[in-house]
Amino acid sequence: MATTTITKTEPLVGKRIRRREDPRLITGAATYVDDIKLPGMYHAAILRSPHGAARIAALDISRAAAHPGVVAVFTGKDITGVGPVPCGASLPGLRVPVHTILAQDRVYFVGHPVAVVVASDRYIARDGVDLIDVEWDVLPAVSDPEKAIAGDAPAVHPEWPDNIAFHHHQENGNVDDAFAQAEVVVKQRITSQRLIPTAMETRGVVADFQTGDKALTLYSSTQVPHLLRTLIALMLGLPENKTRVVAPEMGGGFGSKLNVYAEEALMGFVAMKIGKPVKWIESRRENYLTTIHGRGHVDYFEIAAKRDGTILGMKLKLIQDIGAYHQLLTPAIPTLSVLMMPGLYKFQNIRAHVVGAFTNCVPTDAYRGAGRPEATHGIERMVDMLAAEIGMDPVEIRLKNFVANEQFPFSTATGLVYDSGNYAAPLMKALDLVDYQGLRAQQKKAREEGRLMGIGISTYGEICAFGPSPATPAGGWESATVKIDPTGKVTVMTGACPHGQGEETTFAQITADELGIPLDDIHVIRGDTAIVQYGIGTFGSRGTAVGGAALYFALQEVKAKLKRYGAMLLESDDVSYQGGQCVCNKTGRTVSLAEMSGASYRAMKLPPNTSPGMQVTNFWEPPNFTFPFGAHIAVTEIDRETGAVQVKRYFAVDDIGNIINPLIVDGQLHGGVAQGLGQALYEQAVYDENAQLVTGELMDYAVPKATMVPWIESDHTVTPSPVNPLGVKGVGEAGTIGCSPAMVNSVVDALRPLGVKHVDMPMTSEKIWRILNSAQA
Amino acid sequence: MQSKVHVQTTINGEPREFLCEPRQSLLECLRDTLGLTGTKEGCNDGNCGACTVTMDGRVVTSCLVLGVEAAGAEVTTVEGIARGSALHPLQRAFLENAALQCGICTPGFLVAANALLEAEPDPDEQRIRLWLANNLCRCTGYDKIIRAVQQAAREMRGANA
Ligand code: FES
Ligand code: FES
Repeated sequence: MATTTITKTEPLVGKRIRRREDPRLITGAATYVDDIKLPGMYHAAILRSPHGAARIAALDISRAAAHPGVVAVFTGKDITGVGPVPCGASLPGLRVPVHTILAQDRVYFVGHPVAVVVASDRYIARDGVDLIDVEWDVLPAVSDPEKAIAGDAPAVHPEWPDNIAFHHHQENGNVDDAFAQAEVVVKQRITSQRLIPTAMETRGVVADFQTGDKALTLYSSTQVPHLLRTLIALMLGLPENKTRVVAPEMGGGFGSKLNVYAEEALMGFVAMKIGKPVKWIESRRENYLTTIHGRGHVDYFEIAAKRDGTILGMKLKLIQDIGAYHQLLTPAIPTLSVLMMPGLYKFQNIRAHVVGAFTNCVPTDAYRGAGRPEATHGIERMVDMLAAEIGMDPVEIRLKNFVANEQFPFSTATGLVYDSGNYAAPLMKALDLVDYQGLRAQQKKAREEGRLMGIGISTYGEICAFGPSPATPAGGWESATVKIDPTGKVTVMTGACPHGQGEETTFAQITADELGIPLDDIHVIRGDTAIVQYGIGTFGSRGTAVGGAALYFALQEVKAKLKRYGAMLLESDDVSYQGGQCVCNKTGRTVSLAEMSGASYRAMKLPPNTSPGMQVTNFWEPPNFTFPFGAHIAVTEIDRETGAVQVKRYFAVDDIGNIINPLIVDGQLHGGVAQGLGQALYEQAVYDENAQLVTGELMDYAVPKATMVPWIESDHTVTPSPVNPLGVKGVGEAGTIGCSPAMVNSVVDALRPLGVKHVDMPMTSEKIWRILNSAQA
Repeated sequence: MQSKVHVQTTINGEPREFLCEPRQSLLECLRDTLGLTGTKEGCNDGNCGACTVTMDGRVVTSCLVLGVEAAGAEVTTVEGIARGSALHPLQRAFLENAALQCGICTPGFLVAANALLEAEPDPDEQRIRLWLANNLCRCTGYDKIIRAVQQAAREMRGANA
C-alpha cells in the first residue's frame, strides 16, 4: 500500500479523443461479416421474384440440384416449419400478412425470395439460381400508395382488396375550434419520398450449426443482436440459450439493420439442414430490392393561425407506403411522425389520421430519423408557408410560436413531455453566424440582378433515446456490465450495438473519468450475445443516451464495491474513491484499483455484506425520451440555365445536450446532414407502374458523392437533458432531420420571385428546370 | 467448372501467385484466395469504390478487374500503404480527423487518395472531391475525409521539401 498523493486526472468527457475503433479500420484489419471464413463453409444464393406480383405456376429445381458443386436447394415447401418474419409493432386493427421466409405459391414484390441454392462457392451458387425453372403467372401490381387505396387498384393481398394495412388516429385539444377561429389556413400536400438507406456494407449472414451441441451461431450485420437472437430462436424452434448472434464489425446500418430479415432465419435453417456453415452476402442489387426502404409518405397538411402569426392548430392526413409486408417496426414509423408533428411549437390542437397502404414494393421501415424527418419536414414547411402567406419573416414566426424556456418540462399536443430546451438559442446563434441581415441584403441585391438566391431555415426537434419501455415494442432500456480483472484492467460490455457511432471510444471516456483510470486500461465489447448480457441495441439515437446511462449507473455500483474493499484494506471507515484509487481521508494512505480488485477475487477476507469478484451489471430504464433540437440554415443559389441547386453555405447549430466527444459528434452531424441533403436534392427510390424498381443500383440511385456535399459549418448550444445522468440527448439522427426542411425552405425562398410556394423532394435539377421553364413561359 | 489459371503477380511489393477461374474478379482473388480482406466489396459493379486498389499505379475498382489481369502487374491494397510498421500520413490524418465511422469505405478512400497525392502533391479542395467522387461514403458526409486528405498532403509536401 502506497501513500502517494492523488494525481488529479483530467476529465476525458468533452474532449476530442481519437476514435479507438480506427486503428483496425484504417489498416484493413477489421473483421466484417464478409471477412469471416469458416472451415468447410458453403455459399448461398437466392432466387428472387422478378415480378411485383405473380403466382408461381411451376417451380422446378432439378437442373439446379444436379449442377456440380450445388449441395442443396430449398424452396417454400421446405421451410413450412419455420416461423414467419416478425412484425414487432402493434396497432389496433393492424392487418399482418403472413410473411414466410420463402414465397409459397405467390410473390408480392420484386426481390421476394423464392428459393435458395447452396454450393461450394458463390459463383456456383449463382449458376444454380439461374438453373431453376419457374413458370410465372404474372399479376397486376400497384406501387403508388395513393393509387393503392383509391379503390380500384389490384389487391396486394387478395384477402384485403382495399390495400389498407391500418388506420391510426390521434387527436388532441379542439381542432375544429382552432380552425374556426383561424384568420388564415394554409394547406399543402407534401411528400417524403421513398429512400434507400444504402449502408455501404450490404447485409450478410454466416450461419454455423454445431451439430453435436445442436447450437446455432449466426454472424449477422445487425443493429440488434439480442433481439435477433430471441426472434430467430423462435422462428427456427431453437432454444434461445443454444442460439448465439454475433454482430461483427459493421459497415453502417442507418436503421436498415434494425430488423429481422427472412435471410437471417433462412441461413440458420440451411446451416441446420446441411450441418455445415453457410454464408450469404447480399449483393447491392438485392440490398436495393429487399432491404427495407425508408420514408414513403404522402402528407396532406393544414395549418391554422392568426394573422399575427400565432399558430392555432394543425391537421394531417398521412398516407404511409407500407410495401408488401410489415418488417419489424413498419407500422410504428408513421406513428412517430404524428408524435413529432408539433415540432418546437406550443400549439395544442392537432388531428392526425394515418392510413397504411400496402403496395407491391419492399417494406418501408426505420431509416435514419424514422418518422421524425417526415414530421419535421411537414411542420417546418408549413410554418414557412404560413409566414410567406402573412408576410412575416420566417425567423419571427418561429420565435413567436416556440415553447418558452420556462415551460419545460413541456407537455406537447401529442402527449410527449419535452425534457428541456432553449429553442431560440440555436436559432439566434445560427442567425448570428450567418449574418442573417447581411444575407437578406445580399439576397435583395441578387434578386435585383435576376439571380435566384434562397435562405432556408429549419428549427427542428426530435425524439431521441428510444425510449421508455412502454413506448418501445421490445423494451427500451439498455444494459451495461463493468468487469474489473484481478489485475485491474476494465472491460465494459454494452447491450447497445454501435456500428460506426464510436461508442468504443465514448464509453471508454465515461469509464475512464468515473474510475479515474487511463483509457488504455479499458476495453469495450459489444455485439456478441454469448459474451454480452441481454441488450436492446443501437438505433433511434439511443446508444449513449440510454446505453451510456446504463454504463454510468453500473460504474457507480462498481465504485461503491471498490470502496468497500478499499475501506477493508485501509482498515478505515472514512475513505473516498478518486483517481483510480481509494484513499483514507484520515491518513492519506491509498490502495490502487488493481489491489482492491485483486483482493475481491482472492477473497481472503470480505467486507461486510459484500460478495467476492468485481463485476456489476446494470439494466437502466429511461424515465422519458430526450428531445434534442437545433437550427439549420441553408443558403442556396439556383442556376437558371440548368435548374441545379447550389448549396452556398450550410450551417447547423444543434443542441444535443452535453457532448462526450466533439470529434465524434461532428462526424455524426456531418453524415446526418449529408443524408438529409441526399433526400432533399438527389435521392428517390422509383418504382414503375408494374412495381419494378427503376433505381435498382448505385448507378441509378443518387447517393451523394464528395462533389455533391458542401462543407458543413456547425456549432452547438448546450442544454443538458435531465432524463439521464450524463445530460446527453443523442445525435445520430439530428443532422438528417434538420437538413431537408432547411433545404426545401431555401429553394422555395429562391424561387419565390417566380411565385413558387412549394417544391417536393428530391429537388433535382430537372425538376427545378421544369419549374423555371413553366414559370418563364 | 472451368479450369483454373495460374497467376503470378506482385501485391504490396511481394511476389504472389495464385490460382483463379478466368471469370473471378481481382477483388475476389484478393479477398478469398489471398486472404487480403482489407479491400471491401460494396457493389461489385464499379459504383462504390470500396474495392479500390492500384494496379501499376493506376486506380482501379478491383471488382471490375479479372484476377487473371493481375498477371505481371503490381497491385497495391490498403494493407500495403503503411510504411513498414509506421502508418502512412494519410492513415494518420484519417485517425486524427476521425475521417471514418463504420470504416467500410475507408480502405478504398485511402488507396484512392494515396494515388492522388502521389500524382499531385498539392491538389485543391475541388480536385480532391472530384478525384474521390467514385468512392462513396454514407457515414461521414465527406467533410472530415477531405480535411484529412488536405492535412496529409500538407504533411507529405513538408516531408518532401
Ligand atoms: S465493389 Fe467495386 S466499386 Fe463497389
Ligand atoms: S465510414 Fe461508413 S461508409 Fe464511410
